[in-house]
Amino acid sequence: MSANSDEHTLSAHSYLAEKGFKSWATTLDHKRIGIMYLYTTLLFFFVGGVIALLMRLELLTPGPSMMSDHTYNVLFTMHGNMMIFLFVIPAIPSALGNFFIPLLVGARDVAFPRLNLASYWIFVAGVLVVLGSLLSPMDTGWTFYTPYSAKIATAVTAISFGLFLVGMSSILTGLNFIVTIHKLRTPGMTWYRMPLFIWAMYATSIMQVIATPVVGVTFLLLVAERVLDIGFFDPAKGGDPLLFQHFFWFYSHPAVYIMIIPAMGIISEIIPPFARKPIFGYKAIAYSSLAIAFISFIVWGHHMFVSGMSDVAGAIFSFLTFLVAVPTGVKVFNWIATLYKGSIILDAPMLYALTFIFLFIIGGLTGPFLAALATDVQLHDTYFVVAHFHYTIMGGTVMGYFAGLHYWFPKMTGRMYSEKIAKAAWLFIFLGFNITFLAMFVLGAEGMPRRWAEYPVRFQPLNIVATIGSWLLAAGVVIMFVNLVRSAMRGEMAPGNPWRALTLEWQTPSPPPTENFEEIPEVTDWPYGYGKKAGTGPSPK
Amino acid sequence: MSLFTPSGAGASRVAGEIDSVFIFITLVGLFFFLLTQGFLIYFAIKYRRRKREEEEETPYITGHTLLEWVWIVIPTILVMVMFAYGFKVYRDIRMPPPGATEINVTGKQWFFEFKYPDGRSAINEVRIPVGKPVKFILTSRDVIHSFYLPDFRIKQDLLPGAYTYLWLQPEKTGTFDIFCAEYCGVGHSIMRAKLVVMGQQEYDAWAGGAVAAAPGAVPTVARGKKLVEDSGCLACHSLDGTAKVGPTLKGIYGRKVGLTDGKTVIADDNYLRESLLEPNTRVVKGFQPVMPTFKQTLKEEDIAAIIAYLKTVK
Repeated sequence: MSANSDEHTLSAHSYLAEKGFKSWATTLDHKRIGIMYLYTTLLFFFVGGVIALLMRLELLTPGPSMMSDHTYNVLFTMHGNMMIFLFVIPAIPSALGNFFIPLLVGARDVAFPRLNLASYWIFVAGVLVVLGSLLSPMDTGWTFYTPYSAKIATAVTAISFGLFLVGMSSILTGLNFIVTIHKLRTPGMTWYRMPLFIWAMYATSIMQVIATPVVGVTFLLLVAERVLDIGFFDPAKGGDPLLFQHFFWFYSHPAVYIMIIPAMGIISEIIPPFARKPIFGYKAIAYSSLAIAFISFIVWGHHMFVSGMSDVAGAIFSFLTFLVAVPTGVKVFNWIATLYKGSIILDAPMLYALTFIFLFIIGGLTGPFLAALATDVQLHDTYFVVAHFHYTIMGGTVMGYFAGLHYWFPKMTGRMYSEKIAKAAWLFIFLGFNITFLAMFVLGAEGMPRRWAEYPVRFQPLNIVATIGSWLLAAGVVIMFVNLVRSAMRGEMAPGNPWRALTLEWQTPSPPPTENFEEIPEVTDWPYGYGKKAGTGPSPK
Repeated sequence: MSLFTPSGAGASRVAGEIDSVFIFITLVGLFFFLLTQGFLIYFAIKYRRRKREEEEETPYITGHTLLEWVWIVIPTILVMVMFAYGFKVYRDIRMPPPGATEINVTGKQWFFEFKYPDGRSAINEVRIPVGKPVKFILTSRDVIHSFYLPDFRIKQDLLPGAYTYLWLQPEKTGTFDIFCAEYCGVGHSIMRAKLVVMGQQEYDAWAGGAVAAAPGAVPTVARGKKLVEDSGCLACHSLDGTAKVGPTLKGIYGRKVGLTDGKTVIADDNYLRESLLEPNTRVVKGFQPVMPTFKQTLKEEDIAAIIAYLKTVK
């Protein structure tokens, strides 16, 4: 009963209290804006996911069965564009980042709340333009390689403009976060007392602000080539097709770290409270985020080893690419070391966090095959790359996102999810994911190129395996979200701090009041003081 | 099919080298896979809480500088070794032995066209003798394609308006797949061709018959020579080493050329192509930018033929 009375006392102050479309559409509350991003991006996770299932279904047979080759090509383009630009890139920064950065640094909002709302609506405008382009769907893949994308008579211009707007929203959000982290940290929160999610979001925001303008300009050049007939990329007009690839990957390689680093930040938040241990190697984890962000800007050429780029450039890019392995390995080492002598609870957030590490190790260890020149020449543009990418981005980012959704679910909704159902969903996701994408590693090494609507019959058995895996994976995701949606409406009331965590978002009621904290908290220590210091009293409970 | 190289044994020496790199990276990766996943799973089981409410006391460990450095230095060394090994084999992939037979390949939506040195052309099937190096000179007529030979572990993109290349030396006879590996439109997945590797005698018999069956075919070099003579090139370019209005063509291919802007360039396929189409972009030092473009008069295969001929002017 006390939970119910809590609900009544909270609800007047809760950020969720105000109802109605207008109160959401015009809100300046970072939490509400975060929730709006959450729903918008999840929509594309589901659409992108259904498209992936359709593609897997088509690939059950070597020839065209339920759709034409053109339809398949349109689908893989939509899958890539939606998942990358409309889900994975904004999902953690814009949704969870918006909601939790101010809470984690002890602020009442982001630095520029109005700009934050503007970013959201610019994002929506971009989304609408992208959806509008589906009237004449294009089939370039999410990479838009010229001259193909400059020649075809579909809505490349519209989708480019839509993604330009989405990118602009991303830049503004990154800028907002950088200023928030610099200026709005609560008294006592020095740089080395910042939660690691904040370090990760700081590194991510820098990349967003620096790299995204390049892809924005690239899309504009592509539009100029199509509309004004100016030859930037088409050799028939005096342009250079490789120039497009350089521009595109100058953004899109940092973009994969824009996707993964926020998830790494979430993992660093979840492991300490669930292992009741201080994070191992705080500074190493914090600086490795910045190191990855820095290196990410100078490795884009590893996407172009067989493109006709000079061999010398290939050698330099291969060398630089290998350097990424070092800070990435540092993170994995520190997370695992944090588990040592812990008192580990394998609840859903922790289960997904450990799954992140498990899958990301596989994603990480298959990277050197593509960084090494000799083996990349073989594996480039095959299913090996598809598998590697999904192990890092779906096994990594999306698992980190799932971990974060469960971890912060009580804070966002004020209710608990069902642990049992969450674990059942996890089992399906774990099995389905590995069956689907391990099969793709082998397919790629056997020589099956990506983006193939049809394939020789010898590739069929493993394609069947991958398709069956995709069904398990889909079942798991559906169970997970049914659980979350049901719990958001009918779950048990959540206490303020169900995980007994030490970061600031847990030191305020669930769901948080509009102003986040009744009194701005003061910080005197880092947020990972779990465990018993030698010669002191019992560890903090 | 083996555990490490699922596509079976490679069809050339270089393919074997690439497989060695693949196996080396696999073994290093397997070691780290077992090490990290082993500790991850071991810790997660050993230190899991038996009963939710019974929290064991945990130690306050915040880091270990030496371990951190060990974990930085050892992987750094290992990835440098991987880089060096990958680079070493890559040099073999990129360096055709001198005297390799040159076959021109043109990608078009959605097929590959092959042009043999004797002037014959073929669609989606190319035949070569076993044990002899072949250099494929690649270009595209429309969008970017990629020339991928899984059994040889190599691929190279085909660019419109430029040449790229790829070479191989088959060590066994048989029929091998050629796939397009760069998305190029609706027919991308059916843009496939065959490489037929034949025994030398068998090949000679087939080639002889094929030449007889194509009486109009002019060998590429001869065609290039005629084009150079008929297009007025020799009015300004000598074949004997003397400089006229333009530089001599003697030994031009592969030569290092000084340019008017002080840079140097290797006169490779792409530079010669540019000099025919955009002759005044990169002018040889000591000469005037007066050469007219041959963009309107020469077709793609003419350009390829002229370059093939220039390679023989020694």
